[in-house]
Amino acid sequence: MDDPSNLHVAVALDGAGWHPAAWRDGRARPGELFAPRYWADLAAEAERALLDFITFEDSMAIQSEHRGILDDRLDHVRGRLDAVLVAARVAPLTAAIGLVPVATTTHTEPFHLSKAVATLDFVSSGRAGFQARISPTALEARQFGRRGIGGGGAARDEEVGGLFDEAADYVEVTRRLWDSWEDDAEIRDVATGRFLDRDKLHYIDFEGPWFSVKGPSITPRPPQGQPPVAMLAHVPADFHLAARSADVVFITPKSAEDARAIVAEVRTHEVAIGRAGPRLRVYADMVVFVDEDGEAARSRKEALDELDSRPLRSDAHLFAGSVAELADLLEEWGTSGIDGFRLRPGTLPGDLEAISRQLVPVLQQRGRFRDHYEEHTLRGRLGLRRPENRYAHA
Amino acid sequence: MSTRAIHLAAHFPGVNNTTVWSDPAAGSHIEFSSFVQLARTAERAKFDFFFLAEGLRLREQRGRIHDLDVVGRPDTFTVLAALAAVTERIGLSGTINSTFNEPYEVARQFASLDHLSEGRAAWNVVTSWDAFTGENFRRGGYLARGERYERAREFLEAARELWDSWDEGAVVADVGDGRFLSDAEQGSFVHRGRQFDIEGRFGVPRSPQGHPVIFQAGDSDAGREFAAQSADCIFSRHGTLEAGQQFFQDVKGRLARYGRLPDDLKILPAATFVLGDTKANAAERAAEVRRQQVSGPTAIVFLEHVWNRDLSAYDPDGPLPDVEPDFSGQSIVKGRANVAADPAATAAQWRALAEEKHLSIRELMIEVTARQSFVGTPEQVALAIEEAVDAEAADGFILVPHVTPGGLEEFADTVVPILQERGSFRTEYEGTTLRDHLGLGAPRQAALAGALEAT
Repeated sequence: MDDPSNLHVAVALDGAGWHPAAWRDGRARPGELFAPRYWADLAAEAERALLDFITFEDSMAIQSEHRGILDDRLDHVRGRLDAVLVAARVAPLTAAIGLVPVATTTHTEPFHLSKAVATLDFVSSGRAGFQARISPTALEARQFGRRGIGGGGAARDEEVGGLFDEAADYVEVTRRLWDSWEDDAEIRDVATGRFLDRDKLHYIDFEGPWFSVKGPSITPRPPQGQPPVAMLAHVPADFHLAARSADVVFITPKSAEDARAIVAEVRTHEVAIGRAGPRLRVYADMVVFVDEDGEAARSRKEALDELDSRPLRSDAHLFAGSVAELADLLEEWGTSGIDGFRLRPGTLPGDLEAISRQLVPVLQQRGRFRDHYEEHTLRGRLGLRRPENRYAHA
Repeated sequence: MSTRAIHLAAHFPGVNNTTVWSDPAAGSHIEFSSFVQLARTAERAKFDFFFLAEGLRLREQRGRIHDLDVVGRPDTFTVLAALAAVTERIGLSGTINSTFNEPYEVARQFASLDHLSEGRAAWNVVTSWDAFTGENFRRGGYLARGERYERAREFLEAARELWDSWDEGAVVADVGDGRFLSDAEQGSFVHRGRQFDIEGRFGVPRSPQGHPVIFQAGDSDAGREFAAQSADCIFSRHGTLEAGQQFFQDVKGRLARYGRLPDDLKILPAATFVLGDTKANAAERAAEVRRQQVSGPTAIVFLEHVWNRDLSAYDPDGPLPDVEPDFSGQSIVKGRANVAADPAATAAQWRALAEEKHLSIRELMIEVTARQSFVGTPEQVALAIEEAVDAEAADGFILVPHVTPGGLEEFADTVVPILQERGSFRTEYEGTTLRDHLGLGAPRQAALAGALEAT
């Protein structure tokens, strides 16, 4: 495994970047946001930077000013490609970086997502994961047409609680399906004419209020056994779900002290639900505008704020400054008990290139970042061993 | 040279006893490298497309998972998206069912695949409906068998509306003007029908082909009508000259009602092949392949499809069972598409045949199961393909090798060059999209397709 004193850095990719006006940045490629070459280039840059993994943003609703309500803006990026498919598209072109698409657990079929992520794991040789996302809006529900959610824009409290429980069940189903084939189920036994040993396949027999799934999967056990599941968490219900169901949690602290407090909260939730197995890997999110020259980075961000007629707002900490300042910040927060950082580049590819060509070299010089990938699976990168199959007999 | 354009495709087989997995050359059916190899071989042979079916539930017989054939396959969408990265021109076609899915999600997945492959996506619409398969999905076996085409038709119609909800060029990306989008209506949709009541804003801009190429594979009258109305290609199962001509005539004859021309719908039967230095050599190899495909245990399983009872105690090298088939109860076969339509008649035919030719169970099953479509020298096979297309028995073929992933190499190396030399098959891709390769025009607008359905 990696040198434990190394910092871990991942990146979150979305459209032209996390600033709504990012598509207007000088280095942006706004006409190519739906072109495969754009995503291939971003993935290559992130891998050049030796980052832990990429998350690919997605939703079952088109982007909007206010969640759950369609808007009529023409000056922001509208439109996204399916994140699982973007991850699959760049998988053969990358060799080591983790690939973690966002996927929605409300409305969709856990059977389909389970085999999709298992397949992403096969095409990437063990680098797949997914970030589970709940859909709490009536808008998304009406687009699927199968159930009502909420009377207005968002779900009511009791409903939202149900959505979290559904997400927990959804992740449980995907995990059971990943284990529904034992590793050595395929035997190709010519003597008996059996391609597989059916005793090594298991029905998962999951029954719950939102779905019942029989299994087994149609896809064999993924290379990692259990591709990691991530979640973005802001409030107690999020932490509770992450503690129950996830391997990785993204948090949004505003300072090192805040990070310390949130990590403590995460651990409290783990204890409260009696979490067994490895502790959650905690990555702190941060929106970054970064440049060799701090002033240049700050001006760039301000210029985008101007174009957008207001300063950028985010759930995460906003950083705009020099590479050295960012490196200092990461080192400072790195002592707060978190496992790593998930940087959200303010602009793409600009700030991703700054991360890869300027920030990472500085961190390497300081002896705080890898200079090559040690592990080649996402689990390995996260310090997680390949788990036993829950259905395999001792 | 053929008088009509020939289209060729490669099918990476999933389930079925087509694959001789015991062959030393047989590779993995799950490792990505196998898919890469077959897709790239098909691409260097200038095939129109690569095709992958879909799995929703593992097959069972007598309550136990079927273990004699290849089992285990990847998710169709995910593999096709990955293959887009290692190919450049070849179409990427996949089966996705219209029952255990919803239009909003499937439409965004296909639009995304079309973007990520720069216009090479195709959708084979199938109508899985049964409760056995449904046990893996939220609504279980909710769909009556008789309603499956109605749902598929409306599903496809809704998907077309979603794809059409974005205009070409709507992503303006005008940095100077500060306009990313042409107007705020892009993506807006409302669909109120019997099967679907949905509205909102579709989130994927118009893809290079507009709509993916649409395939249909059902053979029933409803299936053929659905294809005539809505599909671009039929993945047919009538590979012989005579059956092919009949099917071709029937289906192409249905097009005029929908304002379509014969060339608007391509008929592509599935086809298998065995090559040899001489005709006799090829025939010998073909017989050997069929012996390998129908092992003793497999023969018993096939017989059970008709007898509908446990025959595991019988010797496959011995005579047919003396017991009668069990027509009383439910089928013991689950998850398989083509189980015997009229078991009583089939059983009687088989008994007569076995008696006449003194066949064991295994020999009988080899006798009555499908022969390879094309058996011969590369030249003979090339000419047979040309003949079939010229005789209007097909517009081309979807080839399924019996060994994967290497089973297409010989065909690509020896048969395709002959077709190319004769000017019957392309030596280079002319266009960049699958629509280009198949000689299809722009997709029909959803509104137009729906209006015609009202007749």
